[in-house]
Amino acid sequence: MESVVTTCPYCGCGCSFTLNVEGGEIVSAVPQVDNVVNLGRLCLKGRFGFDFVHHKDRLRTPLVRRNGTLEEATWDEAYGVIAERFADIRKKHGPDAIAAFSSARCTNEENYLLQKLMRAVVGTNNIDHCARL
Amino acid sequence: MTNAILELKEFTVRDAIFAIGTNATDCHPLIGVYMLEAHARGTKLIVADPRRTELAKHADIWLRHRPGTDVALLNGMMHVILTESLMDRDFIAARTENFDALRETVLAYPPERASAITHVPADKIAAAARMFARAENAATYYTMGITQHVTGVDNVLSVSNLALLTGNLGKPKAGVNPLRGQNNVQGACDMGALPNVFPAYQPVTDDKIREKFEKAWGVPLSGKPGLTIPDVLHGLEHGSVKALFIFGENPMRSDPDINHVKHCMENVDFSPLKEARFIVVQDLFLTETAEIADVVLPGASFAEKDGTFSNTERRVQRVRQAVAPVGKPDWLILTELMRAMGTKADYAGPEAVFDEMRTLAPSYAGISYARLEQGGIPWPCPNESHPGTPILHVGKCNRGPGLFCAVDFKPPAENPDESYPLILTTGRVAAHYHTGTMTRRCWGLDAAHPEESLEIHPEDAARLGIAHDDPIRVTTRRGTLTTKANVTTRVPVGTTFISFHFSETPGNILTNSAADPISKTPEYKVCAVRVERARA
Repeated sequence: MESVVTTCPYCGCGCSFTLNVEGGEIVSAVPQVDNVVNLGRLCLKGRFGFDFVHHKDRLRTPLVRRNGTLEEATWDEAYGVIAERFADIRKKHGPDAIAAFSSARCTNEENYLLQKLMRAVVGTNNIDHCARL
Repeated sequence: MTNAILELKEFTVRDAIFAIGTNATDCHPLIGVYMLEAHARGTKLIVADPRRTELAKHADIWLRHRPGTDVALLNGMMHVILTESLMDRDFIAARTENFDALRETVLAYPPERASAITHVPADKIAAAARMFARAENAATYYTMGITQHVTGVDNVLSVSNLALLTGNLGKPKAGVNPLRGQNNVQGACDMGALPNVFPAYQPVTDDKIREKFEKAWGVPLSGKPGLTIPDVLHGLEHGSVKALFIFGENPMRSDPDINHVKHCMENVDFSPLKEARFIVVQDLFLTETAEIADVVLPGASFAEKDGTFSNTERRVQRVRQAVAPVGKPDWLILTELMRAMGTKADYAGPEAVFDEMRTLAPSYAGISYARLEQGGIPWPCPNESHPGTPILHVGKCNRGPGLFCAVDFKPPAENPDESYPLILTTGRVAAHYHTGTMTRRCWGLDAAHPEESLEIHPEDAARLGIAHDDPIRVTTRRGTLTTKANVTTRVPVGTTFISFHFSETPGNILTNSAADPISKTPEYKVCAVRVERARA
């Protein structure tokens, strides 16, 4: 069994726990004792809230809408469609016709990258996320 | 939060906790438990909440105010503090400005007037004010019960006024402490996922700041503040926004008035060009929002990637990969997309992204992955020998003197009337998270709370001929849903409560998108509703 110390994905408390992994699947979450947040405590979501990681409904491949239906596509096809449509819209309507909602569930690094993508690549400050909701 | 979570372990009988608009035992269980433990040690607990939450049950004083009357309640408390000379005169003189304006406004709210607005007895308002002001240290904690109102900014300013008035800022066991609802909502703000600021709250309108980022990123940048979420939806509706990239969000369930959100997102372009809009969603599941997208990218869960989250006390902590990703980690997807769009984006991994970020974000400059191996660090942390900052505004406030902002009470945007006679307020339950895409796929959590119900007071239920567990129809001016009645005194007479976790009974089909004019935060906490018995 492997054990990895990480941070809970639910509320803003930021409890630390160990994910115990067997055969590539998470089997349990055990609270960290020696930290300065949760001191061995963990709520029901922290303790029992990891099944979704291995759920059968997880999206596994990109999807692209063709003739009204979302169909499986390769990563390069999906990136290609996004790059092409963004470039086209940017050319016709300017960068401010493109916007992004970032994610309060995702990491700092990912939020940094998405705001950089919008500001430095698309050329707009149209980036927001659910903090104001 | 201005202060640290673990301070709650240090509170004594001489200190006070004021929890207003926060159902911490459900929504921030760790902090809720620390509050109850402090109370068990003798710390005073004052709770302001329309619902009889676990904290309210244990409170020394429970202020059951009418939803949307927080400014009147806080002004009423400050009236007592002023007229009974319980304020911290030294702190006010040394550390604040604009006190006279606050005094003038607050003196118009004697407890009797505050009571008439809030429906809290005047003597309780006075008792709470005395308990708070006489405590050696008093900390205020709030959540969306304060912010999700058309007066959200006024509510926050009132909480801040109370802290300044009693000298409860810049010291341990005090402060203004918003409990943030999501694992990394603090970090998403810190990273500049906001339309007016680069990372670390550096304004896009500041030429010097923009020059710094232009130099680092090697491209010219726009100095025009961007659009907020409601503005983007408006832009989609009216054709000024043509494309939207949605990263790990489900606005078709999480935003207010989702019939309107749907109308905006579903290719209804009213502009003369009639051009189709283009929507990209990156998420774990085919959410209601992903279903209407043009391109869907499979995202990775927290357990499948490395990185950092910043918690509600500004503490930056490591996230570590435990299992192989189903698809690709999100940081890799975003860099590959940047390259597909013709930009150089060569990062060896999340640490390289973090290191670039901290050269540009002064409050994160001293935080490194190597340091985080020893434990989380709260920003600001300006250099690698700095220990981090658990308490803000020590010695002086960040802006200089602490600014009193006098605010008057304003009513909610939508109030009960003959057609919609009850108040609806919304929130969360302990077992679930947001739109339920994660927690409803966890068997233990789904079993703990398998279905939605509407909390309604026995008197209201009896008048409407509704018994516990009866099927009921819940209707506002914006939408309707069918659910079960949970007849309970947890809500006061005249007020009902529903969550927004359940896709099949989405609470946000009912809520009002009227928003605070500054923060643009919608008034999820108050709207007018009609409840009737539905056919079984």
